[in-house]
Amino acid sequence: MKLWRTPFDQAEKAIRPAKVLIDKERCKGCGYCVEFCPRGALVMSDELSSKGYTLAAVADESKCLGCGLCDILCPEFAIHVVSNDNES
Amino acid sequence: MTTPLTVGENTVDSLLRLDRMPHIWCQGCGIGPAVGCFTRAIESSGLDPDKIALVSGIGCAGRAAGYVKLDSFHTTHGRALPFATGLKLGNPELNLVIFSGDGDLVAIGGNHLIHSARRNMDMTVICINNFNYGMTGGQAGPTTPLDARSTTTPYGNFEYPFNVPYLVAASGATYVARWTVLHVRQLEWSIAEAMTKPGFSFIEVLAPCPTLYGRMNKEPKGLDTMHSYQERSVVRDGADPKDVAIDSDGPIVVGKFVDIERPTFWDQWKLLLDRAREKKK
Ligand code: SF4
Ligand code: SF4
Repeated sequence: MKLWRTPFDQAEKAIRPAKVLIDKERCKGCGYCVEFCPRGALVMSDELSSKGYTLAAVADESKCLGCGLCDILCPEFAIHVVSNDNES
Repeated sequence: MTTPLTVGENTVDSLLRLDRMPHIWCQGCGIGPAVGCFTRAIESSGLDPDKIALVSGIGCAGRAAGYVKLDSFHTTHGRALPFATGLKLGNPELNLVIFSGDGDLVAIGGNHLIHSARRNMDMTVICINNFNYGMTGGQAGPTTPLDARSTTTPYGNFEYPFNVPYLVAASGATYVARWTVLHVRQLEWSIAEAMTKPGFSFIEVLAPCPTLYGRMNKEPKGLDTMHSYQERSVVRDGADPKDVAIDSDGPIVVGKFVDIERPTFWDQWKLLLDRAREKKK
């Protein structure tokens, strides 16, 4: 994004990297998280779970905004996004 | 048994019975996100989980009662509402949430639904509508859209379905909303709003059923249904419930349709008691 001036709260509002945890025992490979992640931070991997489902995986954690959409959309409660919002 | 992802931090995990995970719902089933939104709504509304009781009927959505770490009841088919009514009258302190499917609430429990709305019982109904009877094999029900295929209507459904928000609004519900499971944030806010509002609140949640309804209607994957929601949904808050009927491929109107105030069953009951006592004096 191009800015015509530096916002005074840029440092405060900067995106802090979040951690996306995916539980391999729970994921059933529906693909919702991969499809609806606004930043394309997730992919379907080639790995199979113990039940034979294709697992979702984190492709590039640095792209993640920490919005938590994948976390709330996952039908299996398999994703948890640990945002670093409260850390300083 | 799966171990919690991060103990004590994950809202959803702290309100789920982890010893029962992974759950029985199919890959891509929409009930999971709806349960997730419900648990988040408890957190965001600031209500005490100890004062919330969840009542479910029979069906796929009815299994939710077995997965939440709340006081929960898995009742007989269609009877979640009368059960919850009894629970509420026995302990008015409780915040009642009924989490069940369209087959349970609108079909076999249809009469209970309209009468609970008429009485304005203080409870929140989350009705997962997947347009068919999922658990019994995908038969057509009273919510199956016209022309939609199901295992019992292979040539397309020829019966007109219920327009559920219109039905409950006409019966007297004070809060009526409809969302799809793709509208996760709105759904979470809506559930929180409905739970803190006195009176009969009804939220219809459209959910993909990829295994049965989806497969019969050219949406074999949950993702296909989610895409169709994305394309077809129109958010129209305050729309007249009369105009929000769903057909098999037209627009899906979502939003908060009704938000009014009306004395609840309990208010009316207290008025009556006061009046009767006055007379005796
Ligand atoms: S949304 Fe959940 S179940 Fe679906 S692919 Fe992603 S992690 Fe797996
Ligand atoms: S938190 Fe948001 S940005 Fe990060 S992976 Fe999930 S959906 Fe993508």
